[in-house]
Amino acid sequence: MKKEAKVIVIGGSWGGIKASQAILKQLPASYSIPIVMVLHRLRHFDGNLQIVFEKRVALQVTEVEEKEQLKPGYVYVAPSNYHVLVEKDQTFSLDVSELENYSRPAIDVTFTSAADAFGSNTVAILLSGASKDGSAGLKYIAERGGTVIVQDPQEAEVDTMPLAAIALVPDCQIMNSERIQAFLLSLHDH
Amino acid sequence: MKLEADALFEQAVETLIQDIHTQYGYDFSGYARASVYRRIRRFLGNKNLASIEELRKNLFQDSYFFENFLQEITVNVTEMFRDPTFFLALRENVMPILSTYPFIKIWDAGCSTGEELFSLSIILKEEGLLDRTKIYATDINQKVLKQAKEGIFPLANMAAYTTAYYAAGGKNEFSSYYTSSYGSAKFDASLVKNVVFYPHNLATDSSFNEFHLILCRNVLIYFNRTLQERVFSLFDESLVSLGYLALGKKETLAMSQINGHYTCVDKSNRIYRKTT
Repeated sequence: MKKEAKVIVIGGSWGGIKASQAILKQLPASYSIPIVMVLHRLRHFDGNLQIVFEKRVALQVTEVEEKEQLKPGYVYVAPSNYHVLVEKDQTFSLDVSELENYSRPAIDVTFTSAADAFGSNTVAILLSGASKDGSAGLKYIAERGGTVIVQDPQEAEVDTMPLAAIALVPDCQIMNSERIQAFLLSLHDH
Repeated sequence: MKLEADALFEQAVETLIQDIHTQYGYDFSGYARASVYRRIRRFLGNKNLASIEELRKNLFQDSYFFENFLQEITVNVTEMFRDPTFFLALRENVMPILSTYPFIKIWDAGCSTGEELFSLSIILKEEGLLDRTKIYATDINQKVLKQAKEGIFPLANMAAYTTAYYAAGGKNEFSSYYTSSYGSAKFDASLVKNVVFYPHNLATDSSFNEFHLILCRNVLIYFNRTLQERVFSLFDESLVSLGYLALGKKETLAMSQINGHYTCVDKSNRIYRKTT
């Protein structure tokens, strides 16, 4: 089956905010693929990641609203204290069920549901973090033919998350943020 | 191939949903699928079941097993004073209006294990309204209703709840509301003496009373748009004119057909008022 990137899911924890900013800053406002981002933060931290990103990124940055339609040109940020799931009709569902990997939002939840909805057309990027969240989701995507990328542990502020992912999904692509950025731009070109 | 296995799994879930409806009368057809898949996979894992077929056998042979499934498939994770700013807004902006009624009726729809219900009762008590308020606490699941009635929560959660309680404008010692023993906190039964616990299924049951305030927070997120629309009109029928509807922090009336009848009186806390 020919791959065509239909969604980009990004996960990160400690150091993930900075890394994702670096990756997203060159993407044009007209970027053709919706981006969904799950970044761990303190559970009851209500501070707005949206504002943190807005100033640095040309794309529209917005917190996920439930049943909202995924659209190109947007970066959807998981709200604090909710899991974010992607439905087959390309809408979001939210979920307040149990923490996974001590986290809500959990990266595994979003990665898994994205693969269920988009199969091999899913592109996943796992960034810096002091957690093992995201590895299982990444594996799930890889098994369904999706594209899985892990931030180079050498570059990551905290390498726990990238290393856990590489151990579980040995054939993932390891890239530094510059290459991730170039890769994302290459998806936009055609 | 995984993708083929996924497709079979998803088909099997659809059949299962239909058969549960036929056999037990619970209709999950309007539930958002991504979440249903996740809950079922989780349940299969926890019960060491290899497939949906195995699950089916157990479900249709054993109604006790079904009860257990029902509890796991509907999300019952909740906490006291979740989103303290919401409870603060309820206390400061909604309670003064409710206090103008001689008798107040509230519906806590999808009350789960009762954490939200007790949070609400504490606020009503501190605002001097508890004695003239009747709360209908409903849930699809009888088992959680029983738990809600008991008002026993893990003691380990009390530190976080105390912080949230004060952030919600709490006026007393939070610990004065419960007695602790053996790792549990038992909340004062007088907080729920005017509460009617009642099984109600938002997917299939109808309006049963008229209310001044309906709370339904983080329940609609599990429903698809069609079922959400059904529930919204159910709430619309069940609210008095100028009554309040409180949704979860990420739920909205904006795209619903009843939106025109409502004014959003607190956008960040998702509190709506019926204006026509």
